[in-house]
Amino acid sequence: MATILLFLDRTGTAAGSPLSKVSEELLTLAHTAGEPVVALAGPSDDSLLEQLGRHGVSRVLVSEQPELNDYLLAPKADFLAHMVISTGACAVLLENSADGKDLAGRLGIALSAGVITDVVGLDSELVAEKSVLAGEYNVRARVTTATAILTVKANIVDVVAAETPVTAAVETVEVPFDAASQQVRIVQRSPRAVSGRPALEDARVVVAGGRGLDGDFGPVEQLADALGAAVGASRAATDAGWIDHAFQVGQTGKTVSPQLYISVGISGAIQQKAGMQTSKVIVAINNDEDSPVFEIADFGIVGDLFEVLPQATAEILRRRA
Amino acid sequence: MQRLKGHVAQSALNIIVLIKHVPDAQFDRRLAEDSHRMDRSESILSELDEYALEAALALSEQHGGKNSENTVTAVTVGPPAAVAAVKKALQIGATAGVHLSDEALAGSDAAATSAAIAVLIQHLGTQTPVDLVLTGMASTDGETSLVPAQLAARLGLAQLTQVSALSLSEDGATLMARRDGDTETLELQASLPAVVSVTDQINEPRYPNFKGILAAKKKKVTTLTLADLGLDPALVGASGSWTEVLDAAPRPARAAGTIVSDTGDAGIQLVDFLAAQKLL
Repeated sequence: MATILLFLDRTGTAAGSPLSKVSEELLTLAHTAGEPVVALAGPSDDSLLEQLGRHGVSRVLVSEQPELNDYLLAPKADFLAHMVISTGACAVLLENSADGKDLAGRLGIALSAGVITDVVGLDSELVAEKSVLAGEYNVRARVTTATAILTVKANIVDVVAAETPVTAAVETVEVPFDAASQQVRIVQRSPRAVSGRPALEDARVVVAGGRGLDGDFGPVEQLADALGAAVGASRAATDAGWIDHAFQVGQTGKTVSPQLYISVGISGAIQQKAGMQTSKVIVAINNDEDSPVFEIADFGIVGDLFEVLPQATAEILRRRA
Repeated sequence: MQRLKGHVAQSALNIIVLIKHVPDAQFDRRLAEDSHRMDRSESILSELDEYALEAALALSEQHGGKNSENTVTAVTVGPPAAVAAVKKALQIGATAGVHLSDEALAGSDAAATSAAIAVLIQHLGTQTPVDLVLTGMASTDGETSLVPAQLAARLGLAQLTQVSALSLSEDGATLMARRDGDTETLELQASLPAVVSVTDQINEPRYPNFKGILAAKKKKVTTLTLADLGLDPALVGASGSWTEVLDAAPRPARAAGTIVSDTGDAGIQLVDFLAAQKLL
């Protein structure tokens, strides 16, 4: 069976972190389409190996070389390039994040291999589906080189374990790093604040707020917590400094495709639409009936969000009680 | 691959800003039915490139300013109309423009695009040493974000991508940058020359003023072809690409939903809707 390489980054502050939902989705795609092999930068541990074994991963190639930790991304691309060559992998699946895309780009040059980003579907022949022009078109594309490098969006498959669990065995490797890959030194790392809510890109439900909140994200956060949802924001809200830029959904922020996207006080101009229009169900609440968001909403409410949201939150909690 | 410049000159800072002429997202954007290529008739300077240009102008001003020999060259690759993006950059403040235009470039994927730009930058570097190549975080049409990393890899230059703060040491030798990841913020350091992509969080881009618009008319735009670079056309365009588009279809329009006006119970109606969709 064809070998598919996946990358797990546990360098820096990610050491010891649990397997993310996105990683489990990539593992699901990999064990469905071929034989998954994991390249791990940073330390391994038993609970990780147990999880990988359930996803059919028998080989875990581990490097804890300090260069992976000390320099920005480039040594990780070198590591992956060596692992592709030594395993003969026909495909590399990476997260569709800034790191994932940068790694994919460098790896593509190192291996003379084609890269497809923003993948939302993959068949057994490695033909990828992606949405382009802010979700206006669906494109099917493929890589024409021996190795395919694909960055895959979150929420495109349901996580399932492999049919037959295996025992994951660690092979420690050391790779040579290119001098050109050791030019950008990481001089300081600061962890970013964590909210306790699901990560925006992984969440099944997103509640996002915009200009209409007038600086008060309270009603959005309360509804999000009642639904177990992630909180998102429009560019207007992040530019105003009401919420960190990391929560921005849109063309210059995160692109999300949850089962349910609740848009609150956001007009829904192209900038925002680009980040959320591939959501399965869209609910919009806005006091302006002419807001473009109502054109793409499955359910829209023209009304005062400071009345509607608390009422909905209370009703959800009442029905759950 | 050879370095563009062994050490940093104290006197002048030479910055290249990569810009792209992209379909205006305010209008409907289309792919051609046969070639699946972008309809570029209503195009503008990519909004995200304005942040890279602003970062270049700010660095130039902080290191010598107007009386220096610093250069900020706006460089684009694209069809003849793409020169409009270069002219806009000159109005905003770039000192010169370069436009690589050749029919053989059409249909290039990120790998082929980065191949062309790498040779173009080496060509420009033989005339004036290049200290820094700045780009936006993505093009607003292709949106792959691959070119900066691929360009850095091809040229063997330091790669500082997706940075939200950028400065240069007093002696002009060391770049300092901040990269905000999802879980951590990294402070980075590298020596010049380097390839840097900047996010839309890094600055507030300036607008062209009347003086800038007049001054731009006197600035030079150099138009080059692949032959000028000695670049084999087979290495770019569809033949030089490592990916291919099989088909493209407009996404089915979302069916119009139910819109209600709140008469006091819209929050309850919302919960009813979610329950009916099994989303609770």
